[in-house]
Amino acid sequence: MPQSELGQIEPLLQEFDNTRANLIPILQQIQATCSYLPQEALRRVARKLQVPLSDVYQVATFYRCFSLKPRGKHLVQVCLGTACHVRGGQKVLERTQVETGVDAAGTSADMQFTVEAVRCLGCCGLAPVMRVDKTTFAHVEQTKVRGLLTRYRPRKPATSEAEKTPAVPAESTLVHGGDHA
Amino acid sequence: MPNHGAYPLRSLEDLQAVAELGRQRISPAQPKIMIGMATCGQAAGATEVLEAVREVVAQDKLPYVVSETGCIGWCSQEPLLDICIPGRPRVTYGRVTPARARQIIRALPEPKPQWALATMPGDENTLTGYYTSYLAGEDTPLRGVKSYRDLPLFKRQLRIVMRNCGLIDPASFEEYIARGGYTALWQALRTQTPQQVVDGVTKSGIRGRGGAGFPTGRKWQTVREAPGSPKYVICNADEGDPGAYMDRGVLEGDPHSVLEGMTIGAYAMGASEGIIYVREEYPLAVARMKDAIRQSEVAGLLGANIFGSGFGFTVRVVTGAGAFVCGEETALIRSIEGKVGEPQQRPPYPAVRGLNGKPTCINNVETWANVPVIIARGGEWFASIGTPGSKGTKVFSLVGNIENTALIEVPMGTTLAEIVYEIGGGIPGNRECKAIQTGGPSGGCIPASKFNLPVDYDSLTAAGSIMGSGGMIVMDDHTCMVDIAKYFLGFLEDESCGKCFSCREGTQRLKEIVQRISEGHGVDEDLVLLEELSWMVREVSLCGLGQTAANPVLSTLRYFREEYLEHIHHQRCPAKVCRQLITFAIDPVTCNGCGACVQVCSGKAILGEKNKLHTIEQAHCTKCGACMDICKFDAVTVN
Repeated sequence: MPQSELGQIEPLLQEFDNTRANLIPILQQIQATCSYLPQEALRRVARKLQVPLSDVYQVATFYRCFSLKPRGKHLVQVCLGTACHVRGGQKVLERTQVETGVDAAGTSADMQFTVEAVRCLGCCGLAPVMRVDKTTFAHVEQTKVRGLLTRYRPRKPATSEAEKTPAVPAESTLVHGGDHA
Repeated sequence: MPNHGAYPLRSLEDLQAVAELGRQRISPAQPKIMIGMATCGQAAGATEVLEAVREVVAQDKLPYVVSETGCIGWCSQEPLLDICIPGRPRVTYGRVTPARARQIIRALPEPKPQWALATMPGDENTLTGYYTSYLAGEDTPLRGVKSYRDLPLFKRQLRIVMRNCGLIDPASFEEYIARGGYTALWQALRTQTPQQVVDGVTKSGIRGRGGAGFPTGRKWQTVREAPGSPKYVICNADEGDPGAYMDRGVLEGDPHSVLEGMTIGAYAMGASEGIIYVREEYPLAVARMKDAIRQSEVAGLLGANIFGSGFGFTVRVVTGAGAFVCGEETALIRSIEGKVGEPQQRPPYPAVRGLNGKPTCINNVETWANVPVIIARGGEWFASIGTPGSKGTKVFSLVGNIENTALIEVPMGTTLAEIVYEIGGGIPGNRECKAIQTGGPSGGCIPASKFNLPVDYDSLTAAGSIMGSGGMIVMDDHTCMVDIAKYFLGFLEDESCGKCFSCREGTQRLKEIVQRISEGHGVDEDLVLLEELSWMVREVSLCGLGQTAANPVLSTLRYFREEYLEHIHHQRCPAKVCRQLITFAIDPVTCNGCGACVQVCSGKAILGEKNKLHTIEQAHCTKCGACMDICKFDAVTVN
């Protein structure tokens, strides 16, 4: 675990009382700061709260919002709620996985993206829906995924392979709100 | 929040002074522009619209007020922008872009009829019972624009829970009070004993809005009588059902209504501490609730000695960590205690032994938001709405394949046909309605032939579904019921906490069988096995998740058995959804070789030069259907 991360965690731990009820809020804070739960951080939390490390590990692996592995720079959450499902959410997820090149664990080799399915973002009226970091996008049909992700990709030199692949037709490039004809 | 010198609020007069400030904010002397800034509005682009409006108003030095509001429920038309001109009906514009917003603003003070969806001549406040007209004189209708009163989407609605959503700025404490907020709290604390409050709730006949429908009054009475101190009240805002977002709408659009309800409940039950458990997928709801708590603390409506009554109450927000099962009350309590969210054996019920082993009342967001109205209007008034067994109204999220995707609130007993065809405007594209899914993963699919069913707790249960929290997903004939059963089983398999063998293994095996059927490898005996296994999972599992896990299978088997048999006997998916049973092809006559499909094909399976006929190489086709989605000439067919 890098020294810089440890440096962030210590002051964060100071903010909480040593009660068991604080376990989940502490882990949430660490996850928000480091984008994952480093092993050393889990040890320190266990020591602070005086609970067995196995308890901390159990909680960290039970809840979906925690990750034990570093995540990519951008977190892409594809909604698989029922409304999104009937409007092609599964296809959107698969397309997103292909476009970002993530592995089975959900993170791309260049650490640019982590893709995960989420249960429901509660924007069912605008299905299918996707959230990238803190921005929620409406009406993201599978054909719009590539255009949407473009803005989250690192800038590449003009001659790279990516530039040569034909772009998705302009009208399906998603601007917030999608196709308001 | 400015301190008006009146804080802490001690009396009705103090409230009225704040209400006056709120009224000036709701109906200022200048034209007011409101933008719906709930999460769904923002997803549709409301943030950009708001920025554009602010920019125009600043640039042109226009004397207009710009304000945010919550979700009025017209989801299909987001982002929404409203113009309120003193003495005239409010005008709602839909699908507003920044460019359109600028044009709308620059046309003021005369509202543009173009892009206008509806006009609102006034509103009825179900809390106070008063109708407020916005008009100074005659109604001045906009050319060709309907009134909210005449719109099928709104005219059948009765808004008790959503009384303020889309009408007030959710960040404004004063505006909430101007709509009668916190008078019910004053009334309860200063004019009623705790037992009288419980009696009022019992008389109202309200049942828990989280899904199970337990009588709220009875729960309150139990907590009130249970020995132990301190007592807790919890707001369950872990709205996990996919396809449901009623609670988010209320938390984001009217957070104080929930706080007020909880404070009244705490007084009635003798609780001193409240917790709002919000799922982490709702960051805006968390922020709104935290703001509302802070405002109430400043105003003295939380803390010690509220309204000088001697009663004290504090509330905090706990954020969930992403586990569906935590919507179950005992799992939710474990989660607040910092443990894994595994449900516990009941009894003892949380009402007797809950958080930290103390009596705890857990109610859903919608239940709490109803409470101030029940106190203000009386239990009898509330009980006059709805059906004999289900009182009041219910908020539903009407989504899926429906013309008006919306958040609606209707009296209990409204029929599914009224909801789908009248309020929802039917199915888009002249397609046929096949079924409606209610109750989330614990619910079931009700076929269109049963749409004369009144929506109440008992009728839905009798039909093999449940009321649940209020998600209604409409499905057209492009939806495969085997696929839907597989979808929910996959959901439950993932979300089962793993404590009970029956649920952990049962959902997995059920899913495997349905998966097999969807791939065309099913046999007749599979249906018998499905029913037997479903029965076992239901009977043996500990909590609601397991006990209802088989509902999606059982209800689809009950009403759509033919569709299962079609998959089994003929390896055919009538809705053309199950991938192993369909093939895509390009019609040689219609294809003009535009190349759009080649670019989107995820399997690089489409061959053909530009302007020449394209063909699909079946061996590489992933059946994603992107070619069909993108083809403008309907040249891609599926069989």
